[in-house]
Amino acid sequence: MAMSRALQLSREDLLRAYRQMRTIREFEERVHAEFATGEIPGFVHLYAGEEASAVGVCMHLTDKDAIASTHRGHGHCIAKGCDVHGMMAEIYGRKSGLCAGKGGSMHIADVSKGMLGANGIVGGGAPLACGAALAAKTLKTGGVAVAFGGDGASNQGTTAESMNLATVWKLPVIFVLEDNGYAESTASGWSVGGDAIKRAEGFGIPGVRVDGHDFFAVHDAAGEAIERTRSGGGPSFLHLKLNRYYGHFEGDGQAYRRDGEVARLRAEIDTLDRFRRRVTEAKLLEENDLAGVDREVLALIEDSVRTAKSAAAPKSADLLTDVYLSY
Amino acid sequence: MSKKSFRQAINEALAQEMERDPRVVIMGEDIAGGLGAPGEDDAWGGVLGVTKGLMGKFGRERVLDTPITESGFIGAAAGAALRGLRPVAELMFVDFMGVCFDQIFNQAAKFRYMFGGKATTPLVIRTMFGAGFRAASQHSQCLYPIFTHIPGLKVVIPSSPYEAKGLLIQAIRDDDPVVFFEHKVMYDVEEEVPDEPYAIPFGEARFVREGDDVTIVAFGRMVSLASQAAEALAKEGVSCSVIDPRTTSPLDLPTILESVRETGRLVLVDEASPRCNLATDISAQVAEQAFDALKAPIRMVSPPHTPVPFAPALEDEFVPNAEKIAAAVRSTMRAPSKQAAE
Ligand SMILES: Cc1ncc(C[n+]2csc(CCOP(=O)(O)OP(=O)(O)O)c2C)c(N)n1
Ligand SMILES: [Mg+2]
Repeated sequence: MAMSRALQLSREDLLRAYRQMRTIREFEERVHAEFATGEIPGFVHLYAGEEASAVGVCMHLTDKDAIASTHRGHGHCIAKGCDVHGMMAEIYGRKSGLCAGKGGSMHIADVSKGMLGANGIVGGGAPLACGAALAAKTLKTGGVAVAFGGDGASNQGTTAESMNLATVWKLPVIFVLEDNGYAESTASGWSVGGDAIKRAEGFGIPGVRVDGHDFFAVHDAAGEAIERTRSGGGPSFLHLKLNRYYGHFEGDGQAYRRDGEVARLRAEIDTLDRFRRRVTEAKLLEENDLAGVDREVLALIEDSVRTAKSAAAPKSADLLTDVYLSY
Repeated sequence: MSKKSFRQAINEALAQEMERDPRVVIMGEDIAGGLGAPGEDDAWGGVLGVTKGLMGKFGRERVLDTPITESGFIGAAAGAALRGLRPVAELMFVDFMGVCFDQIFNQAAKFRYMFGGKATTPLVIRTMFGAGFRAASQHSQCLYPIFTHIPGLKVVIPSSPYEAKGLLIQAIRDDDPVVFFEHKVMYDVEEEVPDEPYAIPFGEARFVREGDDVTIVAFGRMVSLASQAAEALAKEGVSCSVIDPRTTSPLDLPTILESVRETGRLVLVDEASPRCNLATDISAQVAEQAFDALKAPIRMVSPPHTPVPFAPALEDEFVPNAEKIAAAVRSTMRAPSKQAAE
């Protein structure tokens, strides 16, 4: 097997990748625990287990590139550079949140960072990514757009329409299918007819299937796809096979899963464990380096929760701002 | 007769109609759940458990889980309705209607008229609506005024478990496409509901209570809030009628007009966004047909014209409540000269 290009990343980049994946994991583990106390309102969908996708893809992007996310958006936000304190405050519905408490978990966005929003509508993101790519192309910014979407979203008409539009308009857009095996309680093996790669190829878009728990494989494949698309090669497609560690949303009893399914995933193919092993065995990073990151990340998440909890809620006057009001 | 929740009442209506008529099939995302998955079948029974158990009773041929393809399966339900089935499709949150609107308003709604009366479309679309769940802008809307606007669709908003069962049975037996609105905050509300099947006709408003001073018209979850307000006002010596129209299309305008002719005052309570909603619609019709009977300006209680906010404090402020309804009623009781100044 050829040596992964990602293994040749600089020490700084490897540490950055690990820090981001660890941040996503700790963020989600903590939100899971805090949700159980009843303090976090609304619908929350956790990304734990899928870290390599967001980070392996977004490491190739800068602020001039855009991403469109999904309802399971916290990981994409962190990987695209959203402020962790602002995200946590948003999830708690605080005025200091990234969306001033008006959006919540399902709508976190930071357009200045090219993060066009988590999305409450399955399949809502792909057309927006096409639009972002059109803007980049027309304005000649050199930017690309990435549309993240799940196996469930892959069945939505908007996904097919966007792929066709991307080909027809030759848009610099990369479609990333995060296939975590389920859409709510329904298995992707049942709901997705045919073959995802062939679907993309049917629209003239080359696709690659990748182990989504292998950061290095994702980073390599995403790098190639994004390079190709950025240099005018047209849209690209990635099919990442991965798993979510929690229920569809917080509160899901997950009766549709096999007993011990998640415990086995955590023990056997955990993305962060695998990353750790690869970089220490190859002597690229030391256990010490990683433990240092772990400590920093824990402190960051702790601080974000502490400040979010004590932050002020929006005031009633805020109800009527940021919108055209006819009376 | 026994105490049943809103959720159970709906489940029972579906089960009894499926029992009675083999042409009734239900479909939707995860309405049984667990398809192709290693764990339990019928793992969800719908996102809030409303259709739980129906798969066990009627099998996967009549309880159809769908991929996430609303435009596809809602359109398929309309096509199947044209060809002998009586589908009840669940469209989880009404906000998702955005992705399949064509199949509803250009297709299903128009067949009967466009085809010269030679087709029927016995389709029911069940959907959840309303704020109060901290579900933010894309999972909390009402949107029933949009459906009410479209000729050919019938629109139903049950206000209690008893109403839900009888109105859903009527919806399934009806030969026109019906959009059936279930308020997501009401699923655990309980009341006495008959065990046997019964149908409540469309277009017949119900009086929740009768009074002499003010007519309050409210929809869905707002009906119980209007009743609370009326209760409080009764202690102040203000006696209110509370009318639940049950269906917005057809709308029982005669009952509303008759009541306004008796009381001379009207307060409309509508959880939908305030522009072009049911409150403005009824208000216009009453102004046109019973202007002479009005002793005070009509009052409308609706949320502000904003998307539904996420933060709990903002959402609570957004949704109408009994206090706001009572305040509107009180304002109609003041002398007309004072009201003009308000
Ligand atoms: C248009 C629309 N239909 C249905 C839903 C309800 N819903 C939210 S997430 C989800 C499953 C999505 O599955 P997938 O795309 O695989 O993403 P995952 O949750 O697995 O990350 C569904 C059905 C929705 N939000 N929007
Ligand atoms: Mg999925």
